[in-house]
Amino acid sequence: MSARTEAGAASPTLELRDVAKSFGAVAALRSGTLEVSPGSIHALVGENGAGKSTLVKIVAGVHRRDAGTFRLLGTDVDFGSTAESKAAGVAVIYQEPTLFPDLSVAENIFMGRHPLRAGRRIDRPQMYAESEALFSRLGVHIDPRRPARGLSIADQQIIEIAKAISLDAALLVMDEPTAALSGVEVDRLFAVARSLRDEGRALVFISHRFDEVFALCDMVTVMRDGQYVSTDAVAETSVEQIVARMVGREVAELFPKVPAEVGDVVLEVEGLNRAGVFHDVSFQVRAGEIVALAGLVGAGRSEIARAVFGVDRYDAGRVALAGRPLPQRRPRAAIAAGMAFVPEDRRQQGLVIEGTIARNVASVIRTRLDRFGLLTARAENKAAGPWAGRLEVKTSALDMRAATMSGGNQQKVVLAKWLATEPKLLIIDEPTRGIDVGTKAEVHRLLSDLAGRGLAILMISSELPEVLGMADRVLVVHEGRIAAELDRDQATPESVMHAATGSVTPLSQEVTA
Amino acid sequence: MSTTTTTTSAQTPAPVRTYRSYARPLWMRSLMTHEAAVIALLIAVFAWANGNVANFDGPLTLYYLFLDTAPILLIALPMTLVIVTGEIDLSVASIVGVSAALTGVFHVDAGLSLPVAATLAVGVGIVAGALNGFLVAYVGLPSLAVTIGTLALFRGIAVGLLGDSSITDFPDKWTDLAKERLVEESAYPMILLPIAVLAVVFVLLLHFTGFGRGIYEIGLNDEAARFTGVNVERTKFMLFVLSGAVSAFAGVYYALRYGSVRGDSAYGLELQVIAAVLLGGVSIFGGRGALHGVLAGVLLIGVISSAMRLEGETVNKINIVIGVLLVLSVISTSFLSWASGLRSGRRWPWASRSRPDRAARQPQS
Repeated sequence: MSARTEAGAASPTLELRDVAKSFGAVAALRSGTLEVSPGSIHALVGENGAGKSTLVKIVAGVHRRDAGTFRLLGTDVDFGSTAESKAAGVAVIYQEPTLFPDLSVAENIFMGRHPLRAGRRIDRPQMYAESEALFSRLGVHIDPRRPARGLSIADQQIIEIAKAISLDAALLVMDEPTAALSGVEVDRLFAVARSLRDEGRALVFISHRFDEVFALCDMVTVMRDGQYVSTDAVAETSVEQIVARMVGREVAELFPKVPAEVGDVVLEVEGLNRAGVFHDVSFQVRAGEIVALAGLVGAGRSEIARAVFGVDRYDAGRVALAGRPLPQRRPRAAIAAGMAFVPEDRRQQGLVIEGTIARNVASVIRTRLDRFGLLTARAENKAAGPWAGRLEVKTSALDMRAATMSGGNQQKVVLAKWLATEPKLLIIDEPTRGIDVGTKAEVHRLLSDLAGRGLAILMISSELPEVLGMADRVLVVHEGRIAAELDRDQATPESVMHAATGSVTPLSQEVTA
Repeated sequence: MSTTTTTTSAQTPAPVRTYRSYARPLWMRSLMTHEAAVIALLIAVFAWANGNVANFDGPLTLYYLFLDTAPILLIALPMTLVIVTGEIDLSVASIVGVSAALTGVFHVDAGLSLPVAATLAVGVGIVAGALNGFLVAYVGLPSLAVTIGTLALFRGIAVGLLGDSSITDFPDKWTDLAKERLVEESAYPMILLPIAVLAVVFVLLLHFTGFGRGIYEIGLNDEAARFTGVNVERTKFMLFVLSGAVSAFAGVYYALRYGSVRGDSAYGLELQVIAAVLLGGVSIFGGRGALHGVLAGVLLIGVISSAMRLEGETVNKINIVIGVLLVLSVISTSFLSWASGLRSGRRWPWASRSRPDRAARQPQS
């Protein structure tokens, strides 16, 4: 599998110059330029729609470029398939885990190249042993025998990373690999990434988190509107400089929440319990307040939110909205009472990705749109248009499929769909995951604005700066329990991380913000 | 948040955008579809047969075509809705069989009046559909397996009711009604009336209600549908009940139309129904399709069989033609989605199926 040439040590591992790619009339990439040296970690940053993903897909062999130079290990290449790029030593870890859910973890890692025993039988013991070796190198404990189904996003990504490492790739492209990882897991990943760099491999790291870029990477290339902007050594630049280049204007990275008048209790959760998932969870959210559920990935934050909304069951406890108790497992009742829920997984849960924008935006309010029991596309379009407009969804027409849009735009569609119900409570799970800086600020401003108008917001976020910037109160969840409740002035990176990890000794972690 | 002004923003207030409702003009949206292609093909084949097949334009051809396709037209309506949710109901022909047998047993053997016997038969069809629906929606079993099971179960009941015998002595009053024409000497039998009523009901249900929107959402992504407040279980349950009810109604018609019922009445009808639904442009994976295409698909199969029979072709040849048509239809559906996906840079849908990242996203229930 190793296609590395020893002589190529000085020449760049990957060299892209003025690469262009259009889809129909849309130029996704005008002139992509990227040069990655062996033994370095190279950050690729830019807003969503800047052309990063297209560039990565060209390297991965998913798309063929229309123009430009593409060299790998010093030789001109032109991949027609992902298999060709893999064979040439490229490994790509995508944002979205792409595992076979019914196969075991080890089988997923060794898909298509299982170790064999005599008689071409799959050598399971060796496969498990090699998987375990990979995991211990990554510092994680996943049973290689268990099926991939049901693993958390974090674990699934770890498996993708293990797969790429096992391929012994010369070039590793990681497309937001840390988006779903907790702080500890990110640290482990970084340690592995550094050791891979020290082995002489080239890494491309795409992230929206600048603290990670600056902590991990050696070089940084900025892209904007499908074009190359700049390449700098990370040590010689600053976050402000990079952000300014990305957006072409100065932007406050985080929009801090404007204090709003806090009103009556909107959401009341009492003694919520589900065996093995969360225990004795009680809290309140008031009108005009943003309450954050912070904690590590897998602590049970999303599960609590899903139970409150009614998609998951709970064993004991009580949920009341505006004083009215809500039945279990009845999302419709929760919606009718004024609850809105923006889930973590946009593509699977937030919207019907193959559906049109109009149908997605009107999907919750359509019960109010019918006349004499009949619902027309016209009524849906009429209702959806203004809401899409208020959130400044970027699209040419309302019948475009949501799948064709960028992550930030998809999130706006999900928000439009729920804000159209004019809710009393908005539960929002990872509001800005996978969203570019500009849209991120827009979402933060919107949430602050909504709270200012009396909406109660329960926000789940794994990004500490977001939690600290936005929340009036922070509830830190640790292993299914609310470990701490911190007011705005008590919440610091240290206090939140302390409670989230349940650690006794203070952490000496280089936490962000 | 009912106003659009942003009071807190210090930046330039962006104007509220407005959007076109559709990216393409109306004629493209309505004519460049699978449904339109099936309708065009139906018209073309019909016109061709009228001019070239002897006796096709005779008074009886269309009349018998409608009489014969009536059960398929009926059952295709709920079947479309079931398939759009991504499920399937293979037990419909067995429900037709049970219902036809019960109509005979209740009316001829037990002496109940036909309306009572028919109502009872439809009631049993509802119970049968409810059984399917319960197992699929609430127990969570795959509909393919469930309805293969109930296909055998209901057929067994039908055969058990009648054994090797058949019931033939239906009163003329009722068998004539099944064959009655809407207007004297016209080619349109009376059964088209309930078909038209049900077709309107199902078109409204699927295309013009929130319930119908939910059906498509379930087919595209049932998890997202659930997060949107769609009652996935109840929707599926209702559709299987509707399927049972309409199939049982078709069974009553079947008994009277032929004036004779046996345990194996309507054997294999489910495959004809599903073939017509798929020919009409409904995706077997769910989420796509429309009822006008399905109705055209049923009639297209009917016209082709009828024309070929008049030409003296055997059933085998007819089946070959219809089979080829169905395969072409499925390929063209994939081709169309590939062609429209060209802009977004996708590849052949079947070429990418072998990629693990696609495989992982296959429907999981």
